[in-house]
Amino acid sequence: MTPQPAPETGPLLGKLSLDALPLHEPILVVTFIVVALGGLAVLWAITRYRLWGYLWKEWFTTVDHKRIGIMYMILGLIMFLRGFSDAIMMRLQQAMAFGGSEGYLPAHHYDQVFTAHGVIMIFFVAMPFITGLMNYIVPLQIGARDVSFPFLNNFSFWMTTAGAALCMISLFVGEFAQTGWLAYPPLSGLAYSPNVGVDYYIWSLQIAGVGTTLSGINMVVTMLKLRAPGMGLMKMPVFTWTSLCANILIVATFPVLTATLALLSLDRYVGTNFFTNDFGGSPMMYVNLIWIWGHPEVYILILPLFGVFSEVTSTFSGKKLFGYTSMVYATICITILSYLVWLHHFFTMGSGASVNSFFGITTMVISIPTGAKLFNWLFTMYRGRIRFELPMMWTVAFMLTFVVGGMTGVLLAVPPADFVLHNSLFLVAHFHNVIIGGVLFGLFAAINYWWPKAFGFRLDPFWGKVSFWCWVPGFWLAFMPLYILGLMGVTRRMRVFDDPSLQIWFVVAGFGAAVIAVGIAAMLIQFAVSIWRRDQLRDETGDPWEGRTLEWATSSPPPDYNFAFTPVIHDLDAWHDMKRRGHGRPVTGFRDIHMPSNTGAGVILAGISLVMGFALVWHIWWLVGVSFAALIGVAIAHTFNYKRDFDIPAATVAAVEDARTRRLAATGA
Amino acid sequence: MPEMLHRSTARFRLLAPLGLLPLLAGCNMVVLDPAGDVARQQGNLILISTGLMLLIIVPVMILTVVFAWRYRAANRQATYKPDWDHSTQLELVIWAAPLLIIICLGALTWVATHLLDPYRPLARTAPGQAIAAEVRPVEVQVVALDWKWLFIYPDQGIATVNELALPAHRPVRFRISASSVMNSFYIPALAGQIYAMPGMETKLHGVFNQTGQYTGFSANYSGWGFSDMRFAVKSLSDADFAKWVAATKAGGGTLDRTAYLKLEKPSEKVPAQRFAAVEPQLFDAIVNMCVEPGKMCMHDMMSIDAAGGAGIAGIHNVRRLSYDKYAARGTEPGYWGQRYVGALCSSPLMASADIPDAAPVDLAPLTGAGLPSPETPAAAVTAMIRRPAAASPQS
Amino acid sequence: MSTSTLAKPDEELSFYQLDEHPHPEGHSTMLGFWIYLMSDCLIFSILFACYAVLGGNYAAGPAPKDLFELPLVALNTAMLLISSITFGFAVLQMQQGKVRGTQIWLAVTALFGAAFLAIELYEFQHLIHIGATPQRSAFLSAFFTLVGTHGLHVTFGIVWLLTLMVQLGRHGLIPANKRRVMCLSMFWHFLDVVWIGVFTIVYLMGMLQ
Repeated sequence: MTPQPAPETGPLLGKLSLDALPLHEPILVVTFIVVALGGLAVLWAITRYRLWGYLWKEWFTTVDHKRIGIMYMILGLIMFLRGFSDAIMMRLQQAMAFGGSEGYLPAHHYDQVFTAHGVIMIFFVAMPFITGLMNYIVPLQIGARDVSFPFLNNFSFWMTTAGAALCMISLFVGEFAQTGWLAYPPLSGLAYSPNVGVDYYIWSLQIAGVGTTLSGINMVVTMLKLRAPGMGLMKMPVFTWTSLCANILIVATFPVLTATLALLSLDRYVGTNFFTNDFGGSPMMYVNLIWIWGHPEVYILILPLFGVFSEVTSTFSGKKLFGYTSMVYATICITILSYLVWLHHFFTMGSGASVNSFFGITTMVISIPTGAKLFNWLFTMYRGRIRFELPMMWTVAFMLTFVVGGMTGVLLAVPPADFVLHNSLFLVAHFHNVIIGGVLFGLFAAINYWWPKAFGFRLDPFWGKVSFWCWVPGFWLAFMPLYILGLMGVTRRMRVFDDPSLQIWFVVAGFGAAVIAVGIAAMLIQFAVSIWRRDQLRDETGDPWEGRTLEWATSSPPPDYNFAFTPVIHDLDAWHDMKRRGHGRPVTGFRDIHMPSNTGAGVILAGISLVMGFALVWHIWWLVGVSFAALIGVAIAHTFNYKRDFDIPAATVAAVEDARTRRLAATGA
Repeated sequence: MPEMLHRSTARFRLLAPLGLLPLLAGCNMVVLDPAGDVARQQGNLILISTGLMLLIIVPVMILTVVFAWRYRAANRQATYKPDWDHSTQLELVIWAAPLLIIICLGALTWVATHLLDPYRPLARTAPGQAIAAEVRPVEVQVVALDWKWLFIYPDQGIATVNELALPAHRPVRFRISASSVMNSFYIPALAGQIYAMPGMETKLHGVFNQTGQYTGFSANYSGWGFSDMRFAVKSLSDADFAKWVAATKAGGGTLDRTAYLKLEKPSEKVPAQRFAAVEPQLFDAIVNMCVEPGKMCMHDMMSIDAAGGAGIAGIHNVRRLSYDKYAARGTEPGYWGQRYVGALCSSPLMASADIPDAAPVDLAPLTGAGLPSPETPAAAVTAMIRRPAAASPQS
Repeated sequence: MSTSTLAKPDEELSFYQLDEHPHPEGHSTMLGFWIYLMSDCLIFSILFACYAVLGGNYAAGPAPKDLFELPLVALNTAMLLISSITFGFAVLQMQQGKVRGTQIWLAVTALFGAAFLAIELYEFQHLIHIGATPQRSAFLSAFFTLVGTHGLHVTFGIVWLLTLMVQLGRHGLIPANKRRVMCLSMFWHFLDVVWIGVFTIVYLMGMLQ
């Protein structure tokens, strides 16, 4: 492995030169060709079918929370494929590199792969997925017409996308960080990571972080201010509650990440000494700060999915959620406790027994509200009439999988146990167990559950079941060996191994990953088949699952304005309540509805941010200056636009609602 | 307490493989079946905690399956109560059950964390074998370099690279640091891991209960050569250890500052090396990041800082490094160069090796009421250590 | 819990707001801006934490009492505090519906803000000139970053002030502009509060050590 010298810095292109293109790495060249051809095909198709205008007017510039939600989900899905291919590459390398074999990935490439896998899966897969889900569902569940700040919502989405794009550019121009997903200094400092990898990491997270923070503020305000009349806090659907807590966590932690990464970038760009070895800097400070963000982050990911499981269990058991109040308080407990546990990520730093046991015990305490939640789902199923549609299947799979992940998590919170398991594959198996078993299974439940709401037709159950039966056993096959390897003292992020007795386990894990790959393929087929057969799968009622919350009260897909008349809430499970008491859907007396207008400012600002991020990565200072000036200029110009909304005329509303009335009549509802 | 841990886990250890695949028979679960007393207690703790948690996990999993089956929509016989959503008694149970488990586990955690604190000198080498007060642990100074391990034996005056030999049945005290980035020092067969960090010193205590060949490695990713940052660990009998030391001394080679600075440069897959002599206080210079001649030591810097800094005059006491430490990692010095604070005067290094650890504490009394906590003053503790030691032959 | 609501006869319940009054435009903005300020406050709290941890690491270089000139900083603080008062006057003018008066007081505020920045830049320039750069020690890194981040916020505040003055000139005291003045006012006072923290913790306590 010959290290690459740090490139010279020129005035025009900074550190950028032809050497930055990884022409000597065949894997990357082939990937690039495939991506480029695929991209060109998409661009050609859009041009051929004259879709640019449609996409720009109806999607890119939209401020409709539903469309933004869908775009977030698409972003998450695309990045998921990237992150998963990284996973497959790692599994392959680790299954091969035994007995003197170097495998097929050199350290320079392998170390980028595991870093990128972590960064992408957390920031550009899980975050867009849950943000998209909350964006789509929360306003509908609280009976609102949109979020509080629709333009900000569009801007947040595009900033997240710009961050993801910058991260993807690193695949083909230059390199990504080789530091692990949290980039601990001093390794991530200039002295030990002199090339652009860490800079790509910093700027893609910073750009996406702006989006995430603003979207968090937006959602919190939406939930506090825009709830339909009658919906007190304790009448909010559980998904909305968990989303509220998740977004409070976002607002209260992402600034910490922003500040920490800003300090790291100052160390790298300005030569300050926050996290350096010399001159009084303290790398331990970084580790503390990053985990003060990092631990709440995992609850940001899981909390909304806890909400999904609550909705799904209650709906498909045909029963009220057991222990709504305790569910809400459990969520709040978790939200608060998630701030008091960050040190459990580095017991091995030598903090002393009392500090370690304090953080160990606070960590265990989190399992109490989490356990209470599990019991609540259990007793929701108890004496229910459970329909095993796909969302419910995913929920049961979650309950059986997640408890194991929770158990190993509590185990890792016992400091002396952590001393032997820290950074081992046991740890890797643990967090995949909770993130796949909790977050991902929850997302699949949510996608199957709310897809009919978003598109007006159900997902094909056959391919969904194929996907389910590949994913769940595939997961166990892929990660059980990792638990065992952890107990055999195998540490994470290893590229080559000398003990040949380990190989069989890596082969099994690789096989598990292949089964998961089939599950992912089945899911993509499920989407395609469902779109193909959409007329057979059509749902005209807007309420295909006998839903209980407000989003099922409107049509599928909901009209731009969500509700022609704002609903009034009298009870928990508002829609169930309305159905039970035989509400009448008003069919006359429609009024003009005030809605926000679309704007291109978000796309433009995020595009400029992307250029600026790229220029910062490569030290192209003139471009940094120009794009910064443009950023400020466009932002100011945007504030001079005072006409940001319009009225949907009553006649249009009436036409849309009449069409729905006819469709409902046709289905006999 | 550890006795209890040990006895009660014997059952778990029998049970554990039963649940797993037959494949497991062939693999070596070093974490659960190590060769050192500390690691064994840690492994036992894993089994006990797992057992405790299974008390609630297993019923939950069974209930999930049972409820899912019994209340399936097709089963019209099952009771259906669509509006039943609250039961105070049940809610009490579902909050109390995890709470009780966590109280037990929390208590276990508090005690075990203090007992197995890597900084705490050992009080026993094996269950029932307390360490006499006059026994000095073997001291090894460990430095994580890019990408290999340096071991300095201050008492023997020798050093090795990527090879660690230890006498079995004798407590070992590691003082751990690093030259450049963070690593984690881990010998699964001996004891848990602890980070090795530049400019800082961490400590670890352990003991081997049997002789044999083991491996150690870095458990924290540290760059390109990380995967090969492994070293052989030999647990030897006292006589063999003495022979090994003698052989190392006879082998020649001196590790002084110049040799260290050469050794410190990044290299991968480094074969084991031995040095017959080591410059005294090299480890202290490494911890204080002042092996380079003329560089100010951390402890000097800290005492100057504690006294209010070196004033305006100190501003320009910054020199460029005389060699390029990072060349092999592909960097010219960054914009700001590789800089360091120059020494103001050559003050001697503190002989930090002589700073004693906290006194060892007896382990057994922690389980009983009214018995001393880990913070018990040293005198009382040594008195107590002798008691079980004297008592053990009779029992 | 549903029994209480069930007790009411169902016919009395309405499930839709038939004569809906739309939410007044921008009714959530103040809350949103507050939450934004709190998230910004977190950024400052991290910088304060860094200063607290690293502020004593002079790397055998200069300490606060070698570098800071309290009279200058006191003058600087006065500038910022006065600018907060003048912003208050601007808001009072706005509430009386006086566009011109609002603009004038905003301009005065911007001037004081600019004076604050000028003094701060002078201080920075002086420190860098004598070699006490952000690179010299962790203390100086933390100092420049904390104070500099505050200064950057003030700079953006001034840009925003100027923008708002133009917008007031164009559109007058329409609700949207009033809301913007109130948001900027919160931002400006927030920066004042942060500065009081900086002044106390960095400068006063630094000189006391």
